[in-house]
Amino acid sequence: MTTAKAQKSVPPHPMDSLLRTERIPHIWCPGCGIGTVFSAVLAAIKNTGWDPDDIAMVSGIGCTGRMAGYIRLDSFHTTHGRALPFATGLKLAKPETKIIVVSGDGDLFAIGGNHFIHAARRNMDITVVCVNNLNYGMTGGQQAPSTPLGAKTTTTVNGSPEEPFNFCNLAASCGATYVARWTAMQVRSLRSSIGEALHKRGFSFVEVVTPCPSSFGRRNRMGTALEMLKFYHGRSVIRSDIDPKDATMDIDREIVVGKFVDIERPTFMDHYERINRAKMPQWLSMHPDHQKTR
Amino acid sequence: MLAKEVKTGIHFINGDEACCEGAIAAGCRFFAGYPITPATEVAEAMSRRLPEIGGIYIQMEDEIASMAAILGASWGGVKSMTSTSGPGFSLMMENIGLGVCTETPCVVCNVQRAGPSTGLPTAVAQGDMMQARWGSHGHYEIIALAPSSPQEMFDFTIRAFNLSEYFRIPVLLMADEVVGHMNERVVIPREEEIEIINRRKPTVPREDYLPYEADPDGIAPMATCGEGYRVHVTGLTHDERGYPVMDAKTQEKMVSRLVGKIRNNRDKIISTKNLYLDDADVVVVSYGITARSAMQAVSNARKEGIKAGMVKLETVWPFPEELIRSLAPQTNAMIMAEINGGQMVLELERAACGACPVSLVSNFGGSILHPNLIANAISKMAKGKT
Repeated sequence: MTTAKAQKSVPPHPMDSLLRTERIPHIWCPGCGIGTVFSAVLAAIKNTGWDPDDIAMVSGIGCTGRMAGYIRLDSFHTTHGRALPFATGLKLAKPETKIIVVSGDGDLFAIGGNHFIHAARRNMDITVVCVNNLNYGMTGGQQAPSTPLGAKTTTTVNGSPEEPFNFCNLAASCGATYVARWTAMQVRSLRSSIGEALHKRGFSFVEVVTPCPSSFGRRNRMGTALEMLKFYHGRSVIRSDIDPKDATMDIDREIVVGKFVDIERPTFMDHYERINRAKMPQWLSMHPDHQKTR
Repeated sequence: MLAKEVKTGIHFINGDEACCEGAIAAGCRFFAGYPITPATEVAEAMSRRLPEIGGIYIQMEDEIASMAAILGASWGGVKSMTSTSGPGFSLMMENIGLGVCTETPCVVCNVQRAGPSTGLPTAVAQGDMMQARWGSHGHYEIIALAPSSPQEMFDFTIRAFNLSEYFRIPVLLMADEVVGHMNERVVIPREEEIEIINRRKPTVPREDYLPYEADPDGIAPMATCGEGYRVHVTGLTHDERGYPVMDAKTQEKMVSRLVGKIRNNRDKIISTKNLYLDDADVVVVSYGITARSAMQAVSNARKEGIKAGMVKLETVWPFPEELIRSLAPQTNAMIMAEINGGQMVLELERAACGACPVSLVSNFGGSILHPNLIANAISKMAKGKT
């Protein structure tokens, strides 16, 4: 039965040119919000008009990390939490490549938290899209650094005793040049924020509050995927340009969305070039035109 | 004027600096690291030298990040390296596995100090030899070299890059505190005299390229980021396309090739320096700084009329088991000299396979082995059997 289904011709999708279509169907659960975020990422990439050969995606481990396996770009599915340092090496070796890191809240802020802090501090020219689904989805729904106080997960059956991070505030305080948050329902704003983030020179960060109906939703009696989506959307309040520390992320009260940071700051490479050129006027950057092939 | 890439000439430098010059001569243009005694001087030298020649030095937040960054840089098409010591080497293990699984050329220099844990940060040991072998999880083969002098730090770093580029694998340079910190004469040859091997590139059109389809020798040509091949690279078990496939058949096929490309090319990788083996009754096997004590002991024994010989392991992994297997039956005894509780001696015993007695001369780290200690073992073994 499934074979017959798979053989049925599927109409082309507008994003097919950016997809490894031979890898579809994907592994994400029905109702998962990652697909929405993924198509926003694809649309934003397409809208840039850049040559796809000049864009690379780097991901860590987890449900969101699997995006790298479906996008038809140079794509790197690395170890848990290490997408950012891998992307740092890739970016510095190939500065002309635009790099987008996609990963989950657990990957980026628990196991990879230190790397996030330092990549933002250095202002590495990388765009980070974080799918925040409030738990570890891939492993069946455990407590994450985003899990709301009191929320149930498989490792906090009586409710989480920890207060979560506010990722946007963290990103801003570490030096990110672009910070925005949307829910997975606000597709248009999300797409345009990812687009702005891609065009931003420096460390740009977009958080997407995304339903995980199979794990987080089910354990916290949040209803169907659609109900979860509507719930997050209903809790959201658009407050752009406010102080990121006032950008509350609390599913019981309000989810403040919008663009909170959009500033200019020299990147790691800007400083590296400036400082070295001051000492060595003929200094050659890592640009491939300057590289001797050995 | 830009600085010279290859500092041809005669230098008096320490092993860590020689490692840096070897890396640059080999074409390394990216270094990510984290300070740690006794490897800090490699990073310091790199931080001075790389900017001079258009390369990148970045100090990462830890060794996990350093290892991840050099893998990323390698996929950006740039030869890359990091250096560390025991505690940092432990942190690098997971991403060394990623490098093995994704077949990413890069070099990791471990200037070993005494452990376990923080141990003796400023004192010598060779306690990470088995960690080098299988410190990352899962089954794999690795290439590791053990330099005995600053000159070999230079020479072996170049060889480490060449092996990593050819076999598409992280190559470990297992140095030690004494080799790293001692100053000696280092001769850097002319640029044109240095053999450089670069990774194999795809020759097929984009649409026909399969990133993990190997040539008959088990090595797959490597397209890197931005070359239009749209590679997918994952640490999951993957097929020739680089796509994850979660079954035992794909696992068997992938790991067989990863293991096979090293095992089946042992003759291209393994390198030993053999001394007086033709008539040796007692053979000392050693590596790194300890090989120099061993060499002194062997030559003292010869002066005393004992037929001692020596195998200096230049590559420690893969282990030269064929050589040991052929030597053991013609030898009265073998001795492994190393600064740990007995690690490579296990390989020696395995390869000798009972054909001759094998003994260990060692300490747990903190000081090098005095040649007399090894000489005593040689005369004891010589008397015991002849």
